[in-house]
Amino acid sequence: MRLDLKSLTVELGGRRVLDDVTLSIGEGEFVGLVGPNGAGKSTLLKAIVGLLPAGGEIALGGEAARSLSARETGRRLSYLAQEREIAWPVPVEDLVMLGRAARLPSFARPGPQDAAAVARAMRRMEVEALARRPATELSGGEKARVLIARALAQETPLLLADEPTAALDPAHQIALMRVFADLAGEGGAVVACLHDLGLAARWCTRIVLLDAGRIIADGAPLDALTPERLRSVYGVEALFADRDGPVVHPLDLAGRTPG
Amino acid sequence: MTGTAGYRLLLAGLAVVTALLFVCSLLVGPAEVDAMTSLRALVSDEGGLMTLVMREIRLPRAILGLSIGATLGLSGAVLQGYLRNPLAEPGLLGISPSASLGAVIALYTGVAAAFPLGLPLAALAGAALAVLVVRVMAGTDGGVLSVILAGVAVSAFAGAMTSLALNLSANPYAALEIVFWMLGSLTDRSMTHVWLALPFMAFGWAMLAVTGKALDALTLGPDTAASLGVDLKRVRFLAVFGTAASVGAATAVAGAIGFVGLVVPHLLRPFTGSLPSRLLPASALGGAAMLLAADILVRVVMPGRDLKLGVLTALVGAPFFLWLVWRTRRRMV
Repeated sequence: MRLDLKSLTVELGGRRVLDDVTLSIGEGEFVGLVGPNGAGKSTLLKAIVGLLPAGGEIALGGEAARSLSARETGRRLSYLAQEREIAWPVPVEDLVMLGRAARLPSFARPGPQDAAAVARAMRRMEVEALARRPATELSGGEKARVLIARALAQETPLLLADEPTAALDPAHQIALMRVFADLAGEGGAVVACLHDLGLAARWCTRIVLLDAGRIIADGAPLDALTPERLRSVYGVEALFADRDGPVVHPLDLAGRTPG
Repeated sequence: MTGTAGYRLLLAGLAVVTALLFVCSLLVGPAEVDAMTSLRALVSDEGGLMTLVMREIRLPRAILGLSIGATLGLSGAVLQGYLRNPLAEPGLLGISPSASLGAVIALYTGVAAAFPLGLPLAALAGAALAVLVVRVMAGTDGGVLSVILAGVAVSAFAGAMTSLALNLSANPYAALEIVFWMLGSLTDRSMTHVWLALPFMAFGWAMLAVTGKALDALTLGPDTAASLGVDLKRVRFLAVFGTAASVGAATAVAGAIGFVGLVVPHLLRPFTGSLPSRLLPASALGGAAMLLAADILVRVVMPGRDLKLGVLTALVGAPFFLWLVWRTRRRMV
């Protein structure tokens, strides 16, 4: 499903956090949203979900997001919040099932297709073995994977994930990048805020670089992430290499000689 | 969903216990008449004095015990789910203290003595005023923190005004009457009280009952819940006004009865898989059972002394709550 943003502007407390962001994302894209702290990455995702009042236009599948009901929005996009919040010791599989709530009418019970979607999502995130464990008793990384499974269970054509790799070990970070790449390969669209430029460069099909609420660069990973931009936006020197795909690794703050 | 069979068994068990306690409540009283005679007197029209006792004294008391207990259990579960805080309870929004203040003003000014419904109506007005203040103070952003803070402020103010009424009360008997009323009791309530309170409570239950699914989604935090299609403003409206209608009416006829709304959801949460939507019906039944049991106890333990219901629930509830805290802490270590 297409996501189209036109002149998206968000002001929080009198400060312009997002400034005139225009962006179109189509099916099959895995977009890495990168930028320094405070660049407006999370704000952009929240504005798309409708959690913040925003100026400009947001269209989901060609229809204005404002005209869609909350339930219809929940069928079109899923959102993984940055805060990994789980208030009650709910068993993992019941927690993942909450991702199906948006699809069900008010008093309907989940059916076999919902159970199947939950099973698929839990298999993808390798959390089947945790099914009956209370979600609040899991480790940080396990919780993160369960919450991603919750978002995947929604089975929406568009997935917005805010720092999905936080708290994951390297193997699970890479596994998650593969899951997102697979989703894009199956015709979905994924937008993920990422701080790890190496993961973004290697796995995303496209990078959108934000700084101070504006899009600085937008394109294929190595077109968007250049040594000059990492220096001017992040203030870091990075290693660029190729090892069966791009490798980007920040080395030191810009302007300092190593050692 | 898993564990559905166990959950149904829990609800059925709670329903049976509540029904038994309701019948038991009908059979306990100073008029020592055997069970069959009592129940026959309740349904037949020629029982004379015993029919009067059953219909005018024990039946309203049992109905109020059932419905007020359900109110406290249900609203406690909804508020804990909505505020995502296991320490939330119906008193938190300032509704019970404000209803109490309304009642105290009625007692203080003599409105309560002037006509029979003066006191509960004044209490309802107090609850309505509290919810309006909380609503205005909390703003329109759908946030939780502002609701809690507004509730705390309203509670503190209502408590201070109640103290002022006691402080300035020239007549020690009026002061005693105020204190006794505030302790909470179901003694000597009539069917008039039932007809006054029950519609408000039923209205409140309906508002609280439909929040279940939204509360489930709120387990994941407000942002995720909103992305799942939950209208946060609607949930807040239902939780706040549903509590105001049901708890306001409950406090208006029975005074402030603490700890039921706090302890019952805690006690039952582990048996419901911790999902708020499952906790709501269980907590309503559990609250009804607990209050009916407590109201039977006050009649059995000290028959002649008029032990107040609110005193007993706090007396049993507080140590029990300490034990819960102790157990939770041990599990967390």
